[in-house]
Amino acid sequence: MAKSEISDPFEKARLEKGIGEMDDQNDPVIMALRHKDVRRCAHNHKTFISGAEPGRIVIPSEVSIRDIRQIPFEVDPPMHGVYRAVVEPWFKRPLEADYNTALKKQIGAIIDEALSKDVVEVVKEFALVLQSRALTLLFNVPFSESQTWISWGTHVFRSQETALDASKANVLYDYIDKQITHAIANPGDDFYSMLLAAEVNEKKLTKEEIKGVIILTFAGGRDTVINAVTNSIAYFAEHPKALHRLKEDPKLVNFAIEELIRYFSPLTHMGRVVTEDTHVCEHAVKADSRISLNWASANRDASVFEKPNEVLIDRKINPHVAFGFGTHNCLGATHARQILKVLINILIDKVGSIDIIEAEDNIETLGEFKRKVGFNSIKVKFNASNTL
Amino acid sequence: MTKITFITQDNESIIVEGNSGNVMELAVQNKIKGIEGNCGGVCSCATCHVHVQPEDWDRVGAPSTLESDMLEFDDHVSEYSRLCCQINVDDTIDGIVLKVAN
Repeated sequence: MAKSEISDPFEKARLEKGIGEMDDQNDPVIMALRHKDVRRCAHNHKTFISGAEPGRIVIPSEVSIRDIRQIPFEVDPPMHGVYRAVVEPWFKRPLEADYNTALKKQIGAIIDEALSKDVVEVVKEFALVLQSRALTLLFNVPFSESQTWISWGTHVFRSQETALDASKANVLYDYIDKQITHAIANPGDDFYSMLLAAEVNEKKLTKEEIKGVIILTFAGGRDTVINAVTNSIAYFAEHPKALHRLKEDPKLVNFAIEELIRYFSPLTHMGRVVTEDTHVCEHAVKADSRISLNWASANRDASVFEKPNEVLIDRKINPHVAFGFGTHNCLGATHARQILKVLINILIDKVGSIDIIEAEDNIETLGEFKRKVGFNSIKVKFNASNTL
Repeated sequence: MTKITFITQDNESIIVEGNSGNVMELAVQNKIKGIEGNCGGVCSCATCHVHVQPEDWDRVGAPSTLESDMLEFDDHVSEYSRLCCQINVDDTIDGIVLKVAN
């Protein structure tokens, strides 16, 4: 099996039953696996809510390590929309020219450095660095903050030893408290200051609400972006023709981004809490139990995607749900897409080929299912393009 | 040049012109409020939802199965809904009026 290949462990269950089952800290989850069921459940935000106990819709559940509600993520309509309207324009800033220029400079420097080395471990030396530096643009804070964020490792709540690391979560919470206190004393044009000035229903956001938005911004785009970047490098290492084709026909880059995101599905699934006894794909689910919307499975549904297990970089119609679907679609999607766009364009420009030296997969266990989401580590050699 | 009129949720009417690409791209270039085109036109994000005027429906044509699937769970769907990234800008749609759904 090629190292960049990400197989679909859900196919059999998706075809035969349409659901999968897993336990998670004695709070079981019924996973919706088919594209249509995933979309239907995501749309039905009254029966399948996000505004449950904070941390409960995340899998593995963060109930035991988090009391703060992530906003707008763990809020249901209509309040969800009110919060979303406050933060949405900020999360569209990645489309601005200055942002793009800064992102190009950052990623260009990372690639230049990678080209100068004999071996690069992509997860920690490339993707984590890239994600952390790019996040300074999203927060509009000094570049130097990225050093602190890099030191936290690839997941803000999880460590190598344990999936849910309370002491690690506290490092993040303490950091955020300090940053908010600093921004109160020194208002500027950063994300904290924007939130401190923002109003919802004619009232200022509380500190708790601001922390909820900030935690979401740190947690939601961490391992997801790191996996998307790492998996893209692995893919182009094993498919140099794809990179050459994008160089010859740059119009395909947008299609390639969406297709890689579909194929990788960096976030496997997201939970919801059930408010009334109902059904998911003819399977009974009880009130106060959990379901999940399995984006990764939906994105391999052969009734929607031809050749679902292949990366077709020119896939023109690609109704993937890798950024979620409906009301709660990913707030950071614009930032994530810009990162991939800039990364691919610089790879096209500067990199001729990439050799994988060794790789260790990062495998998630979801009940009976084992799914590769990326790599724990992957060492590669970047080779400069001949035209340089 | 093909002329298209967008009517936004604020009832603002904007006439734009183009001769290539798709209608979503044209809307984004002209900063039409309510058309985002987040996915760049691959029928994934449903942020380019428009309602076609009934008299223009035959010229624009019905959505593909995949496109109607994406529209099925949209709060503002009507029998004249389309995702405008899937409509090409060409002579056949000259003069149509599209109401922005969001």
